[in-house]
Amino acid sequence: MTDQSNDAPRKAGGASRRDFLRTAGLAAGGAALGATGARANTPDPLITEVQPYASFTGEAVDATPYGMPIHYEEHVVRRNVEWLTADPISSINFTPIHALEGTITPQGCAFERHHSGAIEMSKQEYRLMINGLVDRPLVFTFADLMRLPRESRVAFCECAANSGMEWGGAQLNGVQFTHGMIHNMEYIGVPLRVLLEEAGVQPEGKWIFVEGHDASSNGRSIPLEKAMDDCLVAFYANGEALRMEHGYPVRLIVPGWEGNMWVKWLRRIGVYDQAVEAREETSKYTDLLANGIARKWTWEMDAKSVVTSPSPQTPASHGPGPMVITGLAWSGRGKITRVDVSTDGGANWVEARIAGDAQSMALTRFYVDHVWDGKPMLLQSRAVDETGYVQPTKDQLRAVRGLNSIYHNNGIQTWYVNENGEAENVEVS
Amino acid sequence: MSKCRNLIATTALATLAAAPVLAQEFGLGRAALPEEIEAWDVAVLPDGTGLPEGQGDVYDGEEAWINNCAACHGDFAEGAGAWPVVAGGDGTLTDARPVKTVGSYWPYLSTVFDYVHRSMPFGAAQILTYDETYAITAYILYSNGIVEDDFVLSNENFTEVVMPNVDGFIIDDRMETEFPLFVTEPCMSDCSAPVEITKRATDIAVTPAFPRLLLDGTVLEPGATLEEASAQGTATDAAPMEEAAAEPAAEEVQVASLDPAMVEAGERAFRQCRSCHQVGDGARNGTGPTLNGIVGNVAGQVDGFRYSPAFVEKAEEGHVWTEESLDAFLENPRDYIERNRMAFRGVRDADERAALIAYLTSYSN
Ligand code: HEC
Ligand code: HEC
Repeated sequence: MTDQSNDAPRKAGGASRRDFLRTAGLAAGGAALGATGARANTPDPLITEVQPYASFTGEAVDATPYGMPIHYEEHVVRRNVEWLTADPISSINFTPIHALEGTITPQGCAFERHHSGAIEMSKQEYRLMINGLVDRPLVFTFADLMRLPRESRVAFCECAANSGMEWGGAQLNGVQFTHGMIHNMEYIGVPLRVLLEEAGVQPEGKWIFVEGHDASSNGRSIPLEKAMDDCLVAFYANGEALRMEHGYPVRLIVPGWEGNMWVKWLRRIGVYDQAVEAREETSKYTDLLANGIARKWTWEMDAKSVVTSPSPQTPASHGPGPMVITGLAWSGRGKITRVDVSTDGGANWVEARIAGDAQSMALTRFYVDHVWDGKPMLLQSRAVDETGYVQPTKDQLRAVRGLNSIYHNNGIQTWYVNENGEAENVEVS
Repeated sequence: MSKCRNLIATTALATLAAAPVLAQEFGLGRAALPEEIEAWDVAVLPDGTGLPEGQGDVYDGEEAWINNCAACHGDFAEGAGAWPVVAGGDGTLTDARPVKTVGSYWPYLSTVFDYVHRSMPFGAAQILTYDETYAITAYILYSNGIVEDDFVLSNENFTEVVMPNVDGFIIDDRMETEFPLFVTEPCMSDCSAPVEITKRATDIAVTPAFPRLLLDGTVLEPGATLEEASAQGTATDAAPMEEAAAEPAAEEVQVASLDPAMVEAGERAFRQCRSCHQVGDGARNGTGPTLNGIVGNVAGQVDGFRYSPAFVEKAEEGHVWTEESLDAFLENPRDYIERNRMAFRGVRDADERAALIAYLTSYSN
């Protein structure tokens, strides 16, 4: 890379008219693809001719009782990586975050991780048991849950293995694959605290163990303080019932903590004086360090961010001139207070603009309104959360943890964007 | 105390009769019965909490393992194909490719019992009795060289077994080891010398093919270049439409005589088979063979699938999968062909079996 200074992104709203003219001039001189400052030689028929949709009628209101996105968007779908798992039933797919905007993830393309497939269970079949160290072991029906006080909250759910393939170096070439084990929804549900208080937790009760109705049951232990704090037993997401693949009719929301704990098809809550140490919290979801010792109970998701566009799946093919660099930031320990973006691989940074009010433990959208000079970029983003934690580089993480931890890779991601705007997953020195 | 609790405290009082101090505020939910708790509370903890009475030895465990588990995890728990490895990996935890197994990694034996009993065999969970689970757990210990072949595991001696990696775990220490490093004022300019690219995902090339999306809505199919896109404009929708128009006919003829509702019910019922069997275009052998063309065909014929000796014998006899024989097999796979490797308990419901057979017929000529 030459001429670092030209490459630095402009701070929000800081692109002056003079900068704009300078780069626009460059574009007109060289780039084949840039349409900046374009001038039409012939009238555009889309404007001068009456189009069919402007004359004939469209679909009637009874055509689509429940709609899918228009077919032009049919590529905006979950994708999976076949070689990751032995079969697609105990497996994972990835949210198309490169093609989504804002912060809320539509349920239909929000990533799925199942340990024995997504099951079909009706509200009538649904039962939730609370037992163990409680005064009153109870069974709730779905209708019971619907009669208890509800709360709402927006929360991100990130699989602890998100970016887990990237520990050894840049592997998967697309933000959907490197960072797509995440979604962010608005949930409605009963606070777990309310249910536990109904059952009456005994003083020796220090942990709960949550299990699902599916064949894996995917049990996880959660310390009682968290259970009584902000967990929700949810049945709606983004305004509608949970989708089957997200645990219809009932799933657990554990804000800020790793996705595996968000048990779907929630069946039983056992109260214990100790952690159960089930398979999903010993064999899996423990983080092996270089010295052969593993960390357990690494529940919180560290602050993290990534540029979603441009990225390998959404090249900056428009050429030099104004462009939007955007991405997502989040932290399992609270609000995102700041995101910085670099276009030169981390030598120089500018502060990005955060869209709306950042919410605690929820996805936060950031923008940099950049004027691109058409030279290659090494794009990075760096999140800072309200605890003051600054998202580290992958090398900083590796220095502490080694290469074998699989889970909790929140290191800074780099996209190399070449002069054609094509982007690629890389690591830099 | 939250707003809603105060509100409730006043409104709910009326519904509370002779409740103790920590009363139910809402009185919703009913008492769980002991039988219900017994059925669902199967968690087993490191100190032995939740262990049921029972026992099993390595020998019985081996037999149960071969019947229920070996197809995926290998005869000696060494793993088969891409399925998890359950034994071995001693001393590999600091290697570049650690092998994390029950023997090399799992800190507690209770986890093995709990997991096997609740979640395995994959595709037919919750079929093992407690004694079988003790036996299989004993066999897994044996496969990992932790006990001898005459070992008998029971609820009595369970907590005496100490796993090799019991001391291999520490509680999350990120606050002490990482926060001091990462809670700093971030550098904003001239933070490093100009950087070099050291690694590229395209050198590894393990990413599935994906389309690229351009700002104007153009979808670049995998392999297409940006230059082609600018030449073609936005005409990417034409191709799939043509394909769709050309397709139908062939398959519809094949399934004409089948009741579509039955086939559909069969498709749903086939979910219990999917963990092991695939059908349709591009079906591949998994734990079980592909089932295209199975109805009316001789057993044990799928290319590239390693059948059990029991199945090979059936193939040699020329055993044909008719509707009747399939029905009997699916009702009770283990009795129908003894010592076969299909770790599946069978389908009790006759209608469901008929639907499954209709579904398989739709993939057979
Ligand atoms: C159809 C294939 C299949 C069969 C049969 C099967 N398993 Fe599994 N086993 C799996 C899969 C898949 C997983 C991983 C599931 C997951 O990660 O959610 C697994 C995981 C395991 C694990 C945990 C591995 C780890 O490292 O965490 C153990 C232990 C295990 N199986 C034991 C058994 C036993 C015992 C049986 C027989 C009773 C059995 N399995 C039968 C497919 C199978
Ligand atoms: C846990 C894995 C598993 C499950 C679940 C399973 N199968 Fe199988 N199946 C197998 C295996 C393995 C074989 C081969 C057995 C052998 O070689 O001994 C087999 C064999 C068969 C065969 C005979 C194939 C041939 O080539 O002759 C049929 C038919 C069949 N299965 C149907 C089903 C149906 C229908 C279901 C669901 C209702 C089902 N299976 C569920 C593993 C499974």
